[in-house]
Amino acid sequence: MTEIQMTVNGKAVRGTVEGRTLLVNFLREDLRLTGTHVGCDTSQCGACTVHVNGVSVKACTMLAADADGADVRTIEGMAAADGTLSALQQAFQDHHGLQCGFCTPGMVMTAAALLKENPKPTEAEVRHYLEGNICRCTGYHNIVKAILAASGQDVSAIAAE
Amino acid sequence: MYAFDFEKPSTIAEAVAALKDEDAQALSGGQTLLPTLKQRLASPSKLVSLGGIAEMQGICHNDAGQICIGAATPHARVAAEVAGDYPALAALAGGIGDPAVRNRGTIGGSLANNDPSACYPSAALASGAVIVTNARQIAADEYFQGMFATALDEGEIITEVRFPVPQSAAYVKFEQPASRFALVGVFVARFADGVRVAVTGASENGVFRWAEAEAALSANFAADALDGLSLPADGMIADLHGSAAYRAHLVAVLTKRAVANAS
Amino acid sequence: MPKDSGIGASSKRREDVRFLTGAGNYTDDINVHGQAYVHFLRSDVAHGRIVSIDTSDAAAMPGVVRIFTGDDFAGVGGLPCGWQVTDRFGQPMQEPAHPVLAQGKVRHVGDPIAAVVADSPEQARDAAEAIAVEIEELPAVVDMKAALSADAPKVHDDLTSNLCYDWGFVEENKDAVAAAFEKAAHVTTLELVNQRLVANPMEPRVAVGDYSRATDESTLYTTSQNPHVIRLLMGAFVLGIPEHKLRVVAPDVGGGFGTKIFHYAEEAFCTFAARQLARAVKWTSSRSEAFMSDAHGRDHVTKIELALDADNNFTALRTETYANMGAYLSTFAPSVPTWLHGTLMAGNYKTPLIYVNVKAVFTNTVPVDAYRGAGRPEATYQLERVIDKAARELGVDPIALRRQNFITQFPYATPVAVEYDTGDYHATMDKLEEIADLAGFEARLAESKARGKLRGLGVNCYIEACGIAPSNLVGQLGARAGLYESATVRVNATGSISVMTGSHSHGQGHETAFPQVVADMLGIDESMVEIVHGDTARTPMGMGTYGSRSLAVGGSAMVKATNKIIAKAKKIAAHLLEASEADIELKDGQFSVAGTDKSVAWGDVTLAAYVPHNYPLEDMEPGLEETAFYDPSNFTYPSGAYACEVEVDPDTGRVTVERFAAADDFGNIVNPMIVSGQVHGGLAQGIGQALLEGAAYDENGQLLTGSYMDYAMPRASDLPFYTVDHSCSTPCTHNPLGVKGCGEAGAIGSPPAVVNAVVDALRRQGHDITHIDMPLSPSRVWAAMQGE
Ligand SMILES: Cc1cc2nc3c(=O)[nH]c(=O)nc-3n(C[C@H](O)[C@H](O)[C@H](O)COP(=O)(O)OP(=O)(O)OC[C@H]3O[C@@H](n4cnc5c(N)ncnc54)[C@H](O)[C@@H]3O)c2cc1C
Ligand code: FES
Ligand code: FES
Repeated sequence: MTEIQMTVNGKAVRGTVEGRTLLVNFLREDLRLTGTHVGCDTSQCGACTVHVNGVSVKACTMLAADADGADVRTIEGMAAADGTLSALQQAFQDHHGLQCGFCTPGMVMTAAALLKENPKPTEAEVRHYLEGNICRCTGYHNIVKAILAASGQDVSAIAAE
Repeated sequence: MYAFDFEKPSTIAEAVAALKDEDAQALSGGQTLLPTLKQRLASPSKLVSLGGIAEMQGICHNDAGQICIGAATPHARVAAEVAGDYPALAALAGGIGDPAVRNRGTIGGSLANNDPSACYPSAALASGAVIVTNARQIAADEYFQGMFATALDEGEIITEVRFPVPQSAAYVKFEQPASRFALVGVFVARFADGVRVAVTGASENGVFRWAEAEAALSANFAADALDGLSLPADGMIADLHGSAAYRAHLVAVLTKRAVANAS
Repeated sequence: MPKDSGIGASSKRREDVRFLTGAGNYTDDINVHGQAYVHFLRSDVAHGRIVSIDTSDAAAMPGVVRIFTGDDFAGVGGLPCGWQVTDRFGQPMQEPAHPVLAQGKVRHVGDPIAAVVADSPEQARDAAEAIAVEIEELPAVVDMKAALSADAPKVHDDLTSNLCYDWGFVEENKDAVAAAFEKAAHVTTLELVNQRLVANPMEPRVAVGDYSRATDESTLYTTSQNPHVIRLLMGAFVLGIPEHKLRVVAPDVGGGFGTKIFHYAEEAFCTFAARQLARAVKWTSSRSEAFMSDAHGRDHVTKIELALDADNNFTALRTETYANMGAYLSTFAPSVPTWLHGTLMAGNYKTPLIYVNVKAVFTNTVPVDAYRGAGRPEATYQLERVIDKAARELGVDPIALRRQNFITQFPYATPVAVEYDTGDYHATMDKLEEIADLAGFEARLAESKARGKLRGLGVNCYIEACGIAPSNLVGQLGARAGLYESATVRVNATGSISVMTGSHSHGQGHETAFPQVVADMLGIDESMVEIVHGDTARTPMGMGTYGSRSLAVGGSAMVKATNKIIAKAKKIAAHLLEASEADIELKDGQFSVAGTDKSVAWGDVTLAAYVPHNYPLEDMEPGLEETAFYDPSNFTYPSGAYACEVEVDPDTGRVTVERFAAADDFGNIVNPMIVSGQVHGGLAQGIGQALLEGAAYDENGQLLTGSYMDYAMPRASDLPFYTVDHSCSTPCTHNPLGVKGCGEAGAIGSPPAVVNAVVDALRRQGHDITHIDMPLSPSRVWAAMQGE
């Protein structure tokens, strides 16, 4: 067992984990932050995406012990303290970028990382960036549209209903 | 996953020492190893994380003009930082997996693993890179020894990879539709003294150099210099995603495209 | 003008806030104090006899609570099949037992052999590996036609063969159809495969069984589309627990697409084990496990023949289909290739004579059941592919050939036993030609050509049948369940409303769309209406969500209940206003007396119902709560026309979808935003089927596509923005909302459009290709171009 500590959504947390404990298990089970989901066991679906030290990471493919000392942000840390959705989250709602909601936390975390790197991405750049995030419900149309909208681009023409 | 201990040394020497334990294994980005462990296909007693070793991180140039990449440098950093000096290598790194994979997965892990469909082995082989380990330097031509097989000894770790920079180069990857690894990937690198062509994804023996194409391109670096050249389907991988003949065909198509794209 | 609330408004989804902030409550987020975890030891061979199972070493491992095998379930029922098909000869289908844990034999890779309950998931898995199982491997049958040969190994020793049923529809038409083919001026024949798919909702299945000895009550939390159906099947047929002692909760569910309709062994196991151990038992499927334990979809092999007269009118249609059932009958499996498939074979066309033959076959593969569209995509694909082929053979325009044969008079009784109430197929085709800009195709073709790419255009129509009903008819057809839906509308004292629906939402947005209907009917704000679903303890007996039925059937039940509320509220208002009930009008949340300025607000009426001081107690009970059950008199028949443009890379065979347009007729629309989203998702699944997806087995029954490494899921970069339109509307005539259902259309209508487009592209380049089986992967397209 290893003692670890990290900052999660701005709060210092500590815990005792096995070597094999994955970051996603630490978040979901120890910290009860169940917004981060698990959709596969081959590191491909992206439902578990969180930010570690400012970059997107699949929390199912990182050991909790390897995240010792890290600054972690999850979907629970994306809205303002008073619950107001971030512009990106709001765009997902406005443009119906989610249906069952299972892929959504990972989509939002990945999209947030994209917009940080590339504040005005093209449609192709958005689609390419979502390579590691699978959604089975939306057909991606409204996810791409929401991300483009969140980047401040006019989506009324490119993605007519 | 089976249970294992976890250790995170901060120097290469400590890591080498930690890896002396029976069944200890190096953990770099974990983007291959952790999915493997989840399937319970391996049972290391201990994972030694290389993520805390500062001397294995980052990119620099040596006096020979080579780009030296610390083995624990993630793909995303390579994509961003060598874009100016070696655009084909940067593009390759930027096309591996997806952003989250690129933020964790490392060049050392990729080369140590030598997956037959991985991208980096083709760059290392086509560039004539040198694989530097804690013990020695290995030329790429000696390093790759077939699917998942390398010249590394037990407990030996890659610390750095040195890339000579070609005059022009390109990597073209044709994705396997499900995994998005390379169904076939071709890296073409043109040096003053000749052209090297390395092919990944296609062969049952892992990454390989296509000698006929190299000869033709060394004589005339143009896509049509490859006209009429083809590889036999024998020895190519055949699976759900493509027959041996299809892979052999793709090698020729992608090599032409790489030549056309080389910059 | 788009509306901003009520029916027809694109109200934003209220459920999104919890999903966008990580506050959803999915089954895996539920943990019961003291719970144990189960790991299933699954067969790694496709077919074998269990010689022995030795659990002694495993039982002694750390954390192990108990190990269960098939023997523990000897006194328990098997998993029931919910539909009995009668074959061509009037005999019932062959129906094998489906034990919760394998008994005697394993019949597919993934068949559960033993279950280890332990204190942690890893301990359960460790111990499962320590179970010593000896299996005598038997030859496996994978190919359906081979499975029917006389010397094929039998999946079930106690059945006479691997044939589940041989179904003919309409059997009486068989000779007349044959005669029509004799007389035909032209016959087009096509053999094709509608490949096996895996539904892959992003949330894997999870079950948590809990039990209280003190009250003798069992609770199952499960990833289900229909908790009441699970309660009925599991309680009555498997475990013998009466409904009042069994609660089934399906909380937030991360997508279903059919595969979460069925009652699965793991659900029964967790409920059973929790009772045995008096301790909660949790199972969380990994994706790898999902691939070998979730019911798969499709898997039909078909020969279709279309007869035409000299004027290119369709005169007869004949099909022969082999439908894979897998190793056991999943809950609704037998209905999919029969009643959900044969009845749709008329499509949008007035073909007078149709005969459909379906042979359902057992093989050593994962059971196959309904997946988005269920039977209807298979029907549409065959029909729309054979029509395209006929058009080419005859040298006529494929759209013109379709238009010539469209049904134009409604209601229309098809020769396959269903009656279409409404539709306007020319209108949707006109709309498609406009939104897909078919006129601009030639220019785009030239532009692609300039870039060295082969462009192709594929067009097709579809018809689907939603809200399968009525119960008494489907009962005659073999259904062992009713197909109504329920709703309770509970008006609270201050006028807010809770609607308890038997329908279930796992992405469809009921929590937003259903209130739009109730609020619109009452003239109150949508925010005053809340939807309760997914819990048998809180909702009336309902059938759940599948087959695009929620709004058409569940919404209709809600309308009925709301109408009862309105009727009673008017009586109360009449009393308060001292007027005659007949003069009371309800508008904008106000009850008024016609022709006067006397009125009373909604909230005053509801308060009077619960604080009945001034109330006609002698005539009426207090309170304002009504329940309704709605059993539709017919299916609904959405229809549409789809167009796909692809580019094929001539060097690699890689296909990219450049444009996709869908013109649908869903009747009336409650929330256009949600409807478009449903179409988008369906299109992605249909395009995924056409180009990417396919579950494959090797000849030994090993699953070759057991993870996303080999099963190609559509990604954002595989798909374009879609152009969808649902302005063509011929409202359903037999439900109160005039709605038709939109959940499956995209998945039903899109595969033939894509394949038609690829064939078109290749033929334009001079390749003599008439068909390529899905998925049209680069390697398959390239092989076809090589003449393979
Ligand atoms: C979804 C997904 C998509 C991917 N797509 C691609 C792709 O398109 N192309 C591609 O090339 N790769 C792809 N990968 C693989 C990815 O590039 C991995 O990062 C890489 O193969 C392994 O690097 P790692 O740092 O993660 O190594 P790890 O997983 O940590 O280790 C891999 C192996 O190498 C050993 N090892 C690690 N570092 C060293 C070292 N320095 N010295 C000696 N041994 C070491 C480990 O012991 C282990 O055996 C993908 C991975 C995922 C999850
Ligand atoms: S759960 Fe992490 S990638 Fe699927
Ligand atoms: S919204 Fe359901 S998987 Fe994306």
